[in-house]
Amino acid sequence: MGTYEPALARRAELLNLIRQDCGSCHGMKLTGGLGLPLTPDMLRGKSPEALQQTILYGRGGTPMPPWAPFMTEAEAGWIVETLLKGLP
Amino acid sequence: MRKLSVTPLFLLLIILQGCASSTLRGTGDLGVVIERAAGSIQVVETTGHTRLGQITGLGDLSHASVNYSRDERYAYIFGRDGGLTKVDLLEMRIVKRVMQSGNSIGGAISQDGKLIAVANYTPGGVKVFDAATLELVADIPSLDDNGKPSKVIGLVDAPGNRFVWSLFEAGEIWVGDLRDPAKPAVTKFKQVGKEPYDAMITADGRYYLAGLFGEDGLALLDLWNMEAGVKRVLNGYGKGEQKLPVYKMPHLEGWAATGNELLVPAVGRHEVLVIDQNTWKEVGRIPVHGQPVFVIARPDNRQVWVNFAFPNNDTVQVIDVQSRAIVKTLKPGKAVLHMEFTPRGEQIWVSVRDEDRVDIFDSETFIKVGELGADKPSGIFFTPRAHRIGL
Ligand code: HEC
Repeated sequence: MGTYEPALARRAELLNLIRQDCGSCHGMKLTGGLGLPLTPDMLRGKSPEALQQTILYGRGGTPMPPWAPFMTEAEAGWIVETLLKGLP
Repeated sequence: MRKLSVTPLFLLLIILQGCASSTLRGTGDLGVVIERAAGSIQVVETTGHTRLGQITGLGDLSHASVNYSRDERYAYIFGRDGGLTKVDLLEMRIVKRVMQSGNSIGGAISQDGKLIAVANYTPGGVKVFDAATLELVADIPSLDDNGKPSKVIGLVDAPGNRFVWSLFEAGEIWVGDLRDPAKPAVTKFKQVGKEPYDAMITADGRYYLAGLFGEDGLALLDLWNMEAGVKRVLNGYGKGEQKLPVYKMPHLEGWAATGNELLVPAVGRHEVLVIDQNTWKEVGRIPVHGQPVFVIARPDNRQVWVNFAFPNNDTVQVIDVQSRAIVKTLKPGKAVLHMEFTPRGEQIWVSVRDEDRVDIFDSETFIKVGELGADKPSGIFFTPRAHRIGL
């Protein structure tokens, strides 16, 4: 992870995905729902790599599904950074 | 009447004038469209396909749902952020709004219309409010035997001024008798199955069915024979088959009960399951376009409309109940989130989130007969729900 920045159109798509599709389990403002809250406060201190892995491959035994079919590793890393900073 | 400094006489004049100029109307053809991102709702009417107004300031409306007062004048809107808002559809204004928890998932109105119950995720539990004033009248935490709280899901009303709900983590079904709201009598059914994620009650108010996420199957409670306990049905309906990841949890509220058969979404499968309501056995499976989210019967039960989870959520399919065949596949656009039939089912309204649109289809010809612009629309709720058990 690090400095990857998706192109503008893809960025908008990913932000929409986070708010809407991740939001269906995590809450549109990511304050939690069936899934854990994904707010900066809640994620701080957790390993970004582990969070990236959770996004890409899901978490077995829980409803968190794998998103690897719909995004690259770099994009998942960018999502983690975005979550840690807080949604724009 | 924004100014408060006017004299009473003047005020009275304005009120009288207001009455004279506004035409009377009923509310049976009204409804609410949730604009989830903006935290607003649109008040719409289904006779002329128009939008009557918009009400803003309702907070986080992702996963919002609506119940109606029995006079079909007031809408109770349950927001994800724990907000409970009572809206007057005729005066088009917020009557009262309370923040009742940190995170909620939906609610229900009691048989007598006097109580509103809200299901909460954090802290888990059910809070019950006076429907007129939104004063808290009962608070029922969802603690299991070890004192651990669970998320509450699948809250519905049931005859006898009862509410029924499930505990996600604990795997329990609770029946709360609110005939005396000051002293709720709760009957608990434990170990009903792993992770009930949503539930429904049949239209006659007799059977409560909870879908399980942690295992294949459903938990069934017959409210006419509560002493018989909760029974497991459709156990292991997907045995030996690979379950797909689930990108959106199915909703069970709209499970279609079509006379003798119940059509329900299969979790993690591109299938709608057909259950015989007499034997509670699976009698068929209908392959569909994706993982079903809502499976909704037309009021005459002749057709069932299905929408799908990401990434197949641009599509709606129509199942003919008699033949169990898919008679139509529609592609309204990206992110179809919800569907609601007009009171007698000649039309259906479909929200298409990413297109910022609500599409209206004729349910016989499947021709699009209208559309309304809306900001990231999700749920659509029409007032006839006021008179249906479980909605
Ligand atoms: C179908 C429901 C669902 C959807 C959709 C979903 N999640 Fe999750 N997610 C969960 C659940 C449930 C957990 C908690 C798993 C657990 O209990 O450990 C979780 C956990 C996570 C975690 C780990 C949080 C932590 O503190 O350890 C991250 C990060 C995450 N999700 C990101 C996402 C992103 C990004 C998306 C969208 C691309 C998404 N999720 C979509 C259900 C979902």
